[in-house]
Amino acid sequence: MALSYLRSSSSSSANLKLLSSAVSIRRPISTDTTPITVETSVPFTAHQCEAPSRSVETSSSELLNFFRNMALMRRMEIAADSLYKAKLIRGFCHLYDGQEAVASGMEAAITKKDCIITAYRDHCIFMGRGGTLLEVFAELMGRRAGCSKGKGGSMHCYKKDSNFYGGHGIVGAQVPLGCGLAFAQKYSKDETVTFALYGDGAANQGQLFEALNISALWDLPAILVCENNHYGMGTAEWRASKSPAYYKRGDYAPGLKVDGMDVLAVKQACKFAKEHALKNGPIILEMDTYRYHGHSMSDPGSTYRTRDEISGVRQERDPIERVRKLILSHDLATEKELKDIEKEMRKEVDDAIAQAKESPMPEPSELFTNVYAKGLGVESFGADRKEVRATLP
Amino acid sequence: MLGIVRQKMLEQSLKKIRPAVAVLRSYSSAAKQMNVREALNSALNEEMSADSKVFLIGEEVGEYQGAYKITKGLLDKYGTERVLDTPITEAGFAGIAVGAAYYGLKPVVEFMTFNFSMQAIDHIINSAAKSNYMSAGQISVPIVFRGPNGAAAGVGAQHSQCYAAWYATCPGLKVLTPYNSEDARGLLKAAIRDPDPVVFLENELLYGESFPISNEVLDSSFCLPIGKAKIERKGKHVTIAAYSKMVGYSLKAAEILEKDGIDAEVINLRSIRPLDRSTINDSVRKTNRLVTVEEAFPQHGVGAEICACVVEESFAYLDAPVERIAGADVPMPYAANLERMAVPQVEDIVRAAKRACYRSVPNEAQHCWEGAASF
Repeated sequence: MALSYLRSSSSSSANLKLLSSAVSIRRPISTDTTPITVETSVPFTAHQCEAPSRSVETSSSELLNFFRNMALMRRMEIAADSLYKAKLIRGFCHLYDGQEAVASGMEAAITKKDCIITAYRDHCIFMGRGGTLLEVFAELMGRRAGCSKGKGGSMHCYKKDSNFYGGHGIVGAQVPLGCGLAFAQKYSKDETVTFALYGDGAANQGQLFEALNISALWDLPAILVCENNHYGMGTAEWRASKSPAYYKRGDYAPGLKVDGMDVLAVKQACKFAKEHALKNGPIILEMDTYRYHGHSMSDPGSTYRTRDEISGVRQERDPIERVRKLILSHDLATEKELKDIEKEMRKEVDDAIAQAKESPMPEPSELFTNVYAKGLGVESFGADRKEVRATLP
Repeated sequence: MLGIVRQKMLEQSLKKIRPAVAVLRSYSSAAKQMNVREALNSALNEEMSADSKVFLIGEEVGEYQGAYKITKGLLDKYGTERVLDTPITEAGFAGIAVGAAYYGLKPVVEFMTFNFSMQAIDHIINSAAKSNYMSAGQISVPIVFRGPNGAAAGVGAQHSQCYAAWYATCPGLKVLTPYNSEDARGLLKAAIRDPDPVVFLENELLYGESFPISNEVLDSSFCLPIGKAKIERKGKHVTIAAYSKMVGYSLKAAEILEKDGIDAEVINLRSIRPLDRSTINDSVRKTNRLVTVEEAFPQHGVGAEICACVVEESFAYLDAPVERIAGADVPMPYAANLERMAVPQVEDIVRAAKRACYRSVPNEAQHCWEGAASF
């Protein structure tokens, strides 16, 4: 179990804390930013660099935000599961439950001026970037209120105004794209970085090494984040990778192995990586994480792993439970308060789903919009071009 | 190191020769001449000068001055931040360029030939072409992919394919095929300014060809519209629609046909996607006969699309079946005589135009019909 201890900035605030606990008056939990130091579950393992300290500075307000955000993400993904089974979501639906700490921890270390790009397991990353539940559920159901107006679907959520560049269906393609974002950030002298997320399955893609090579040659502020949930669809990492030490696969590029179920470890690693990348070029973060669902809603997730394994991770390493224990052991909130937060998140999700269901499907004319940014008045056709033609705006 | 010094010395001696040549030119005829290489180079230079977001990326575009010298002098002028030499990793650098375009920069990616673009085709189609649609307009991709396309001379099967039809299939892309220097300048400038992904298909054998060029074309604001074909030669008996090098061949064929009293109208397509269907159809409605010419493989090609579009829009106006001249349906051979048979020649275009004009000219197919139409 992790060691943890309270550290106060001054003796007067320590006295205040003693006083407040004596008379059971607590400061509003959501706004208390007094620093708390927590140790990560395990130390970081480093490749070609010095690992950051496993002591992470956080606060009551940050921990409660983590709890709230991750509980929301968890609830959202579970609700999506039900919607898919009710056939309100079609096609592909890749769920992120179990991996919430990566999305949450990363956001705590960066700003919305930093870029994130990921593959198709993107709902929670989109939320972390400031997306709304309505935008996600409406997109999943193919409705107008969706973040891509219903034209993208589960795998194609974007939020450009907070530098989230999708949402990509081709395994591995997002990594060179992410390095390209980093290139543009350096070109524009923005002093920001890009986090390009990929899975253990994508880690063997050749284009990843091509992009890493160029990024290292040109010192691009690119952080490659391998969300290693140990299964590339149905193929376990030991069957797919000769070397499953993904944090070392960058060879000349430094890497860090991180407990991806520990939101504070994720935050620390991302903070470290951002500082590194701005000065020295690309770095790899391997997040040791786990997905409770199968690869997608078409995959029960139990033909290639045991139910014991799944429940074991849920028992021992669940990211939300970890934060709950931290909050309770530091006396930052009561069990009831946390359960109330979870109930609140559940209600938010239910309300958003109800709202999303009200949103209509796109207008038929939307079939022909956004083909080009500048359509030049060109003609496009439907299946029967003598029936359906449109001028592209 | 020594190579660069040698090159600089060569450049300096060339610089001494050039002004003399320029003086000579101004004493000759009023029309200026410019070859396609110079046209492309000047277009890149002007667009880079006008917009600091434009940058070049590709193999040998910098220090080598461009594999075909299209980017000559640009590294010296704009520096290593804007002219980027890459390793031989098309998937990697094309993906990086598309990512930069997502962020708002304007990359011009050079593929040494479009044969190598197949290494990166996923990024062209799935990362570039479709992003504006999938994101409902949030992510536009102002990128240009350019380079030589189609057959060169004696480079064999893996270095000779034309990709116009492949890229033109995909909604979200624009595909341009310049022929002469005016096309090269105007279309490349338009492509760089366009907010959508543009595949810009040049031709290696045209790089050295000179064409007369007007002052208007030389102006730095000169731009050609995307999606508009040009009637290179007006005519009334048969329409010949072609792109890239085949426009030149079609013009030569038209001169030969004129001697036989056939007045051919030659259309320079300029844009394969969007295809200028209205110019093609207007022309066919005037001449009633059509020959399509391309260097590419015949099946599912540009000619097939043009034929389908004319049959759909102007069937009643056709007085003869559409004729299609294309590259041979085989991988490009090396031996010179076989290579000559694998690409269209001027006489092929002439023969097809005559077939379109005289239905009574005997040929293999005609014999089949004679039996059927014997009343």
